[in-house]
Amino acid sequence: MAGAPVATAPARSVEGKTSDRPAGSVQRRQRLRRALTGWAFSAPFTVLFLVFMAVPVVVSLVMSFTDLRSTDLRNPFAVNFVGLDNYTRLFSDDLFLRSSVNTLVFVVVGVPLTIVVALAAATALNSGLLRFRALFRVGFYLPVVTSIVAVAVVWRFLLDPEVGLVNGLLGVVGIDGPSWLFDTKLALPSLIVMATWRNFGFLMVIFLAGLQAIPGDLYEAATLDGASRWQQFRHVTLPMLRPTLLFGGVVTGIGYLQFFEEPFVMTQGGPLSSTLSVSYHIYNQFGFGNYGYAAAASYVLFVAIVALSVIQFRFLGERK
Amino acid sequence: MTTMDRGVRGRDRVAKAVLYTILSISLLAVVGPFVWMALSSFKPEGEIRSVPPTWWPETFTLENFRDLFSRLDFPLFFFNSALVALAVTVGNLLFCSLVGYALAKLRYPGKRVLFLAVLGMLMVPGMVTFVPQFVLVSNMGLTNTYAGLILPFLVGPFGVFLMRQFLQSIPDDLIEAARVDGAGEFRIFWRVVLPLCRPALATLGILTFLASWNNFLWPLVVATTEDKYTLPVALALYSIGQNRTDFGLLLAGAVVVVLPVLIVFLLLQRHFMRGIATTGLK
Repeated sequence: MAGAPVATAPARSVEGKTSDRPAGSVQRRQRLRRALTGWAFSAPFTVLFLVFMAVPVVVSLVMSFTDLRSTDLRNPFAVNFVGLDNYTRLFSDDLFLRSSVNTLVFVVVGVPLTIVVALAAATALNSGLLRFRALFRVGFYLPVVTSIVAVAVVWRFLLDPEVGLVNGLLGVVGIDGPSWLFDTKLALPSLIVMATWRNFGFLMVIFLAGLQAIPGDLYEAATLDGASRWQQFRHVTLPMLRPTLLFGGVVTGIGYLQFFEEPFVMTQGGPLSSTLSVSYHIYNQFGFGNYGYAAAASYVLFVAIVALSVIQFRFLGERK
Repeated sequence: MTTMDRGVRGRDRVAKAVLYTILSISLLAVVGPFVWMALSSFKPEGEIRSVPPTWWPETFTLENFRDLFSRLDFPLFFFNSALVALAVTVGNLLFCSLVGYALAKLRYPGKRVLFLAVLGMLMVPGMVTFVPQFVLVSNMGLTNTYAGLILPFLVGPFGVFLMRQFLQSIPDDLIEAARVDGAGEFRIFWRVVLPLCRPALATLGILTFLASWNNFLWPLVVATTEDKYTLPVALALYSIGQNRTDFGLLLAGAVVVVLPVLIVFLLLQRHFMRGIATTGLK
């Protein structure tokens, strides 16, 4: 039934053309009506989408080749095209390079860490341990739904060198805790751990669904072959979970490449720019009114995001 | 044989105990900061700063919350956050289901291009568009207005994608039958299709509301005076501004930001999990 109108429509139009003209015009009118209906349903979305999303993406690129500043907004004719100037300036801008390294570290350390923790949690919750599973799952997922700003405020106090709970607990075991966020070597790792803490629950839920989709007979066969638990995990679970893992990697990578709220609230990019992220740098440049320059930096970030996704999707395609 | 069995079972029991212990400690590490936040928001400033830190409030006070609501304008920030999130959610539910229906069930020229544009936009991060978006909104004279806060988020590629995927699973026969009965296209959508979309709409509604409630960068640049701050903006700016050392006040603020979300999450957690798992795997 579903395909019927599609199949008969061309046949009828051929008939119409040979015998009588009115049938053809009815056909045409019907097609027009269908097109109008489709456009009517799509119009509200499309207008908003074009104005506020698609066009800004293009404008952003154009802007990145100009010297647009906040003061030019009222006088667009003062804006000049400067070619690749913004981009060449970016790569000799020490702060941008510093922020790129920080962001790279955040992604390269943070993504695998988040995946490993999430996978460990998902495997544990999937391992025949039925009691309280829902409780653990909800608990681990809790930070994911909360505002990063609020979480960052709380963690800033938890990590306070003098009165923070973390160093308080370390003190109980006799360890003199470091001054986490005020230490150039520890500030970024602290933010990475906090991001892992906040985000692993999301991946855990996705991995759990992936684990449950693996057919049980695969494990039965592996057990019959005498495979140990670890061998089963290594040779059955991991390969079967590969697409899910890579999806998790892509999503988390895209998010981590843009990290911003954590340093904004907890360190303001310090100490000594050790937690300045690319997003934070873009925001600062925007704040100084350097719109063209900020747009160029945001396009570099965009390219990095696309590149990261492509690399990971290539991995995914390899096995399929 | 039986002794070996018992040995295996004993080892299993040990493994289980270890697993429970690790999971419980992890759970404490994940939930603990929220509990500490909630408890400490009822402590006087001096107690929050006491060494060693206390867990349960020794002196219970509502002063932090009183300050939040009288000295600062948190009721207004709360209203702003709620208004923006509500408008954004309604817009997404309506517009994304309309276009999702067209993309899944109607045939018209331009459909493929539109869908590809939506898919492409899924990859574009907010960081890339916010500068030109800001220029646009300020040229429209909408900086520091509710419209400026809401409009750029009224539709989103994720919502379209989600609704289209779901709508494709609705049988064509149903729509065709309504058409034969002489129902108009919009009536079919409103009366026949939309009621079937309830699960997808619930998921989209929850996720959109949450994203809007927690959204930070856009309200940070668009809201230029306090009366248009949303909760995260207010909390972040106070926490790095002159109130940066008001631990009690800021913790109470964090409670106000987090608590409504936690309540909604705990009530609707099944929807969350299902939504995340299905959208994640697609």
